[in-house]
Amino acid sequence: MNKTLLIVRHEFLNLVKRKGFIIWLVAFPVIGFSAIGIYMIVQGIGTGDRDIPIIGYVDEFGGFSEYTTQGELVFISFDTIEEATDALLAEEIDEYFVIPADYLVRGVVDRYVLEKELDIPSETRSAMISFLQSNLLEGQTSLEITERVKSPMLLSSIRLDESGNYAEDQGGVASFIVPTIFAFLLVMAIASSSGYLLQGLGEEKENRVMEVLLSSVSPQQLLTGKVLGLGAGGLLQVLVWLGSLTILSQLASNIIGGVLAGIQLSGNILLLGMVYFILGYLLFAVIQAGMGAVGANAKDSQQMVVALMLPAILPFYIFIFFLRDNPDHVVGTVLTLIPVTAPMSVFVRLGLSEIPLWELLVSIGLMIAGIVGGIFLAAKAFRVFLLMYGKTPGPREIIRYLRES
Amino acid sequence: MPFIEVNHISKTYGDRAVVNDVSFDVNGGEIFGLIGPNGAGKTTTIRIMMDLIKPDSGEVLVLGRRLGEAVKDDIGYLPEERGLYLNLTVVESLTYFASLKGMEIHRAATRADELLARVDLLPHKQKKIKELSRGMGQFVQFLVTIIHEPKLIILDEPFANLDPVNTQVIKDMVFEMRNQGRAIILSTHRMNEVEELCDRILMINEGHTVLYGDLAEIKSRYRNNSVLLEFEGELGQVSGVIKRQDHDGRTELFLDSETTPQQVLAQLLGQGVTVNRFEVATPPLHDIFLQVVGEHQ
Repeated sequence: MNKTLLIVRHEFLNLVKRKGFIIWLVAFPVIGFSAIGIYMIVQGIGTGDRDIPIIGYVDEFGGFSEYTTQGELVFISFDTIEEATDALLAEEIDEYFVIPADYLVRGVVDRYVLEKELDIPSETRSAMISFLQSNLLEGQTSLEITERVKSPMLLSSIRLDESGNYAEDQGGVASFIVPTIFAFLLVMAIASSSGYLLQGLGEEKENRVMEVLLSSVSPQQLLTGKVLGLGAGGLLQVLVWLGSLTILSQLASNIIGGVLAGIQLSGNILLLGMVYFILGYLLFAVIQAGMGAVGANAKDSQQMVVALMLPAILPFYIFIFFLRDNPDHVVGTVLTLIPVTAPMSVFVRLGLSEIPLWELLVSIGLMIAGIVGGIFLAAKAFRVFLLMYGKTPGPREIIRYLRES
Repeated sequence: MPFIEVNHISKTYGDRAVVNDVSFDVNGGEIFGLIGPNGAGKTTTIRIMMDLIKPDSGEVLVLGRRLGEAVKDDIGYLPEERGLYLNLTVVESLTYFASLKGMEIHRAATRADELLARVDLLPHKQKKIKELSRGMGQFVQFLVTIIHEPKLIILDEPFANLDPVNTQVIKDMVFEMRNQGRAIILSTHRMNEVEELCDRILMINEGHTVLYGDLAEIKSRYRNNSVLLEFEGELGQVSGVIKRQDHDGRTELFLDSETTPQQVLAQLLGQGVTVNRFEVATPPLHDIFLQVVGEHQ
């Protein structure tokens, strides 16, 4: 077998056997499925055997005698507040409210309960509003108008594409959620798998395996084998996460509904996800490999890399806090084009707007150029620094050694 | 054709010449000693030979070929800084490094078993490296060096931290490989090991070659015309002897430049002395080493 492939295989198997990797791999699906499971259990508790409250009311204004059944809730009329209070204390009812004589002028309604509450239950509030509206409009207009006053519009915003047709991506919070989650998965995968690269290199320097390895293979073979082997591990991680994300988003749409019902993973996002994952991983991996070669041990290398992760994550905050309403701003374009900020920028922007094709092409081209340049420099760093033990060199020494080599 | 030819290699770091115009060659079937004090440039010379460091000038040919990836498979290298993957098992370590040297994986597994049996480590083949004792780890490192049956073997301080029994096992294997026609380069600062094992030597100091050639010839060159004697009886006056020194139950007689050992032996026998041992004294390599390094400094 080719030596590079042997290293790829060795690194991949070593990575996937690590406890940390396995835990990291299954953590996302387990947390996601658990969250949905907990939601279903909570919903089951909420809707199953729950007690439907019996609500009393005292109509001092007069005229609120109809529409006493609102959904599952039933309103029972009492003549006086004292009667209602007695019924409440005797637990014949769970609560009551008073429609005062000056209700029409002030609109104030007092509600009385025995239990401590965080807030008025939304179901109760809706039922009370509907009860009041229906009675107020009773006899004033037709039933249809009454219903429409109660629910004046079911607003739906439709995005058209450039040819005036219904756009495939309708935007909104739902379409933002998936690319954003994906962006974070991507950064986490890059950080974890290239973190393993760094850790591995540091350990090999500390264990002095490096000299044995380099007596058998070239620095380029070692670098390529490590980057690809660990990259394959990272890819496996993302595929598992992506697979679970697809299932989770489907489940979330069906079970939870609401905003999450709009969640969809389009083919474009998946394709761009793969492209930016592979390029992003390779770029960060070669930069980190160079740092791993320079650092005297795993700890020193890790410290250097913390600074590198900043540009990977920073675009998210820049877009959310400054460019949310104008993601196509020149700053957004620049962040999309800079190789180390590109992966996060592309995903966040996909959730906010469309990215012009030229920007994607230039961004991908620059990332490839960055990777090629990174491999050149990292291989040089491998040759110069991998056999230096002891102290991590400073920036001046690094530049001097690289020039001399 | 020499197995390795090192031609005028030099390497400078900053203002410091670590290796300065060093040349030598090593043939198949010989054990070659690369010796010198700490910091002499031995490890840098070896790293240049292994293509781990590029020389500023000069070249290295292995089996007539310039250094490159293909050549690495013909070399077994035991670095001074030992290192193995701590989480791999013994057999995984051996087969992985053998496969990186181009050995087919099944062949590597068979050969690993043979070697482990040879050094009584076969029962430990499934143990992780981190579970081994230091001595066992050293053995595995040595086996990693030779598992792929290289033509040229470079051993940098191979006996460091080994007990006498394990040292002897490795020495026996080194002799065996020499007898199989392989070339072995032994880098060390332990002169007794060099005297015991090496056929030829290169001594370097501060990056410069200070001695190079056949070990017996070098020792002969540095001998100070004396004989070592073990005897019974009374030793009388011996003409041609300018100094007598007794040490460790032996007597060393220093001769003037006109007198030969044969003449001294004849006089001793003529005096009726019972001679139990008589040998031309050669200085230990350690003394030559100190003398040469002292002269050089």
